[in-house]
Amino acid sequence: MEPEVRLLDENKRRLDGRAVDELRPIKIEAGVLNRADGSAYLEWGGNKVLAAVYGPREAHPRHRQDPARALVQCRYNMAAFSVSDRKRPGPDRRSVEISKVVSEALGHVVFKEQFPRTSVDVFIEVLQAEAGTRCAGLTAAAVAMADAGIPMRDLVVSCAAGKADGTLLLDLGKEEDNLGEADLPVAIVPRTGEIVLLQMDGHLTPEELETSLKSAIDACHKIYEIQKDALRRRYAVTTEHGGAPPPPKEPETEADTPPTTEEPKPEEVEAPEPVVPETQEGE
Amino acid sequence: MVEKSAGRELVVPGDLLGTADLKPGMGTFAEDGKVYAALLGIKNERSGYINIVPLSGRYIPRPGDSVIGMVTDRGPSHWLLEINSPYPAPLHVNEVPWRVDYGDTARYLDIGDILLLKVLLVDETKRVVLTMKEHGLRKLTGGQIVEISHSKVPRVIGRKGSMISLIKEFTRCRLFVGQNGRIWIDGDIDDVHNTISVIKRIEEEAQVIGLTESVKSMLEEMYGPSPVE
Repeated sequence: MEPEVRLLDENKRRLDGRAVDELRPIKIEAGVLNRADGSAYLEWGGNKVLAAVYGPREAHPRHRQDPARALVQCRYNMAAFSVSDRKRPGPDRRSVEISKVVSEALGHVVFKEQFPRTSVDVFIEVLQAEAGTRCAGLTAAAVAMADAGIPMRDLVVSCAAGKADGTLLLDLGKEEDNLGEADLPVAIVPRTGEIVLLQMDGHLTPEELETSLKSAIDACHKIYEIQKDALRRRYAVTTEHGGAPPPPKEPETEADTPPTTEEPKPEEVEAPEPVVPETQEGE
Repeated sequence: MVEKSAGRELVVPGDLLGTADLKPGMGTFAEDGKVYAALLGIKNERSGYINIVPLSGRYIPRPGDSVIGMVTDRGPSHWLLEINSPYPAPLHVNEVPWRVDYGDTARYLDIGDILLLKVLLVDETKRVVLTMKEHGLRKLTGGQIVEISHSKVPRVIGRKGSMISLIKEFTRCRLFVGQNGRIWIDGDIDDVHNTISVIKRIEEEAQVIGLTESVKSMLEEMYGPSPVE
């Protein structure tokens, strides 16, 4: 008979000392990459995830362009060194699936109609994995999208719940995921409470599903605050630096025009331009 | 969540901005009679509208914008320009100041040329029409181009062009700022380098109050006291 692995002690404490409804520590930093339009780095327990966003940019291949709206394309990838046995690099069944569900979840909040014929490309790189990487990746990607300045209805937040050792647990760790009975990743739009991703691996009774779902959603709201804090910290540095933020940009007293023009027109800038010798084209 | 200082507030997508009495402006959306932020940026209320001044994001062309573009392709009756936006922008031969025969586009502008242009039209499917027919629009030769985030362009220009004329006054460089975040600089090589470092500083410290003053002291450090006055 195999030795029994106990995932919970008699006080219902987990292997890493957490309570059943406790999250692993989460740390998010926005704007970590210079070349991408937006980026975020997230550490969630033993998960380390980097997300980068490009776009909106011209969609390629051309035939994939949608004349009415933008595409939200996502690539989830696990680094070869992200797990203890080397992962064979390249897309596999699992990462193709995660890419699909994550891009659909993110696409749900983007104002896609504002950017016809373009694509918003999201890249999620899992540098180190320890259960719950799709939730970590999706959470990081939402921050990266906001950092990229893409118009969104809200951020997307994700968290998993599950069951191990006959007990419902929040945010499964590695052993709980591998040896447990069920895993339930959930992603929501916190402002409206819409569910944009819901998967389940394993078995739960309808009542257990409901309880798990609720605890995952509650946790999402907590993570949402961490996401918003990461975005604020990114710009708080510049806003606080000189005391108050910059004075409002006055649009040359042409008051009462609807909000179309925010920046001063560039025309008057060119005015003091020295006389330029005509260039030589059209010989 | 409120980072109120002098009525300016950093907001994150999904933040509630207000109810009923204010109208949703740029970078916002309305749902169930409430106005929410769609962008990461700074909240700004003006003439009954709530706007978000974005802190990042790609340049989306709008009619009337002056932009700096690079010719990337050439057809028998048009050139295709890259203007730092998600959309390719054609320049038709009718919109250049020369009479160009069909198929003769190569004689006038070639791939790699840098042009100062104006956005003439943008339709609802974001098809862009450029023009070079207005006064002051031309091909740019010599000089260097720096790229900054298009959301920082108003800061580089300054209120009524104060920042840009300050830079020009000190560095004696010729300078064009495109709304698409491209800045063309020509002048003595050291002056150009100084100008670039000033512009980079403005981009980094775009949100700092008293920016013009700090830029002025930076320029005075480089050039000594102001040549005018």
